[in-house]
Amino acid sequence: MDIKSPSSKFSQKILLAICLSLMGTPVLAADLSHYLRPSEIPQPDNNRMTPARIELGKMLFFDPRLSGSNWISCATCHNPGLGWSDGLPTAIGHGQKILRRSTPTILNTAYQPLQLWDGRARSLEKQALGPIEDEGEMAQHLHKSNDRSHGLIDELKVLKGYRDAFEAAYPGEGITKKTIAKALSSFERTIVSTDAAFDRWIKGDKKAMSKSALRGFKLFEGKANCAKCHSNFNFTDNGFHNIGLEDATDAGRYAIRKVKILIGAFKTPTLRDIALTAPYMHNGAYTTLEEVIEHYNVGGISKENISPNIKKLNLSNSEKSDLVVFLKSLTGKPNPITYPMLPVE
Amino acid sequence: MKQKYLFNILFIGLIMTFTTAAFSEEFVIDQSSKSFQLNGKKIEAITIKAGDTIRFKNEDPFFHNIFSLSDLKTFDLGSFPKGQSKTVTFDKAGMAEVECAIHPEMYMEVSVQ
Repeated sequence: MDIKSPSSKFSQKILLAICLSLMGTPVLAADLSHYLRPSEIPQPDNNRMTPARIELGKMLFFDPRLSGSNWISCATCHNPGLGWSDGLPTAIGHGQKILRRSTPTILNTAYQPLQLWDGRARSLEKQALGPIEDEGEMAQHLHKSNDRSHGLIDELKVLKGYRDAFEAAYPGEGITKKTIAKALSSFERTIVSTDAAFDRWIKGDKKAMSKSALRGFKLFEGKANCAKCHSNFNFTDNGFHNIGLEDATDAGRYAIRKVKILIGAFKTPTLRDIALTAPYMHNGAYTTLEEVIEHYNVGGISKENISPNIKKLNLSNSEKSDLVVFLKSLTGKPNPITYPMLPVE
Repeated sequence: MKQKYLFNILFIGLIMTFTTAAFSEEFVIDQSSKSFQLNGKKIEAITIKAGDTIRFKNEDPFFHNIFSLSDLKTFDLGSFPKGQSKTVTFDKAGMAEVECAIHPEMYMEVSVQ
């Protein structure tokens, strides 16, 4: 966690401006302060992060008993060792069912106002229970039902370890849908990127980025048009675009908002730790960053309802290579994570 | 007598039409820094009168796609780049929610009186 005061951010901006003026590289002419880490991790007033809430959320996140099979945890798909994703083209859910969308990394999800590929959840708290209850994903029932003698909440209530942890995190609120969602969200908000070479460079470390990476950054902001959508600290505009993938079966954001431009549109993913989160795109279409760059270089594959931001780039081979080097400069050394002990009684 | 009566009705109707048109206003709402702005300030709500028009002008260096699915007024202005603008006239009283389809953080309520 990196929580800084507003004055600290102001000082950072001043420092950045001084560094930029001293470095004199052409790509530094513009103000790059929008790439700086926000001073605080966004969090709602009704669920401020505390150590007890984070620890409880971590236990729940890694506990396979949150699934109907008692075999799939949140971390099964959002694996910290795989960039908080799963390394698969598309996710595998309950009963080994192959799902239609890839597992998005949950790195820096705290900074995103809308969750999931189609943005249907307006907060982490509203997203947290979705995969647990989804019959295709974790297939769990929160309460007992016709075909289940007990639900997740009953299973948690019989464990003293969880009863104590919930009481410490949310005194007097009990074990409920709401407190489960809040705890999971609190933990997820701690999963943030660390400083990568790019961050060290914009803070003034001249040697942090190679010449190739700097050329890639210039292309990223200019000829290659990437920054139109992959903008700001988290390298996303938090917007929705149809980028011309060959995937006519998934309506994407259009299922949530019936506006023509959104047919086949998906949320712009973060580029933070991009080297760790292959395969890429909502359907896992590409396994390498080189393939991703080529997709954009040719202006997308399917032109049907494609975003007007996507156009042929005519990049040379060396330019494509520079872009890949730059993208890899956005990957930091992930924070170490310890596996929690889970309550058994 | 009947002809004179009809003429008066028609005359009053015309006067009312011209009066309404004369008092209708056009508000220019910029799309800037992924927000709706009026006179350079971010707004999330605006109150106008029935018959007024809002001109949505894109000042960002990327596309916006302004729309509303509200019962009061349903429209989709399509994607348009920096420098271009499109207008919507709100004919009836009520409330409309206006968003950008591409950037859902951009949200504004239009109260029509």
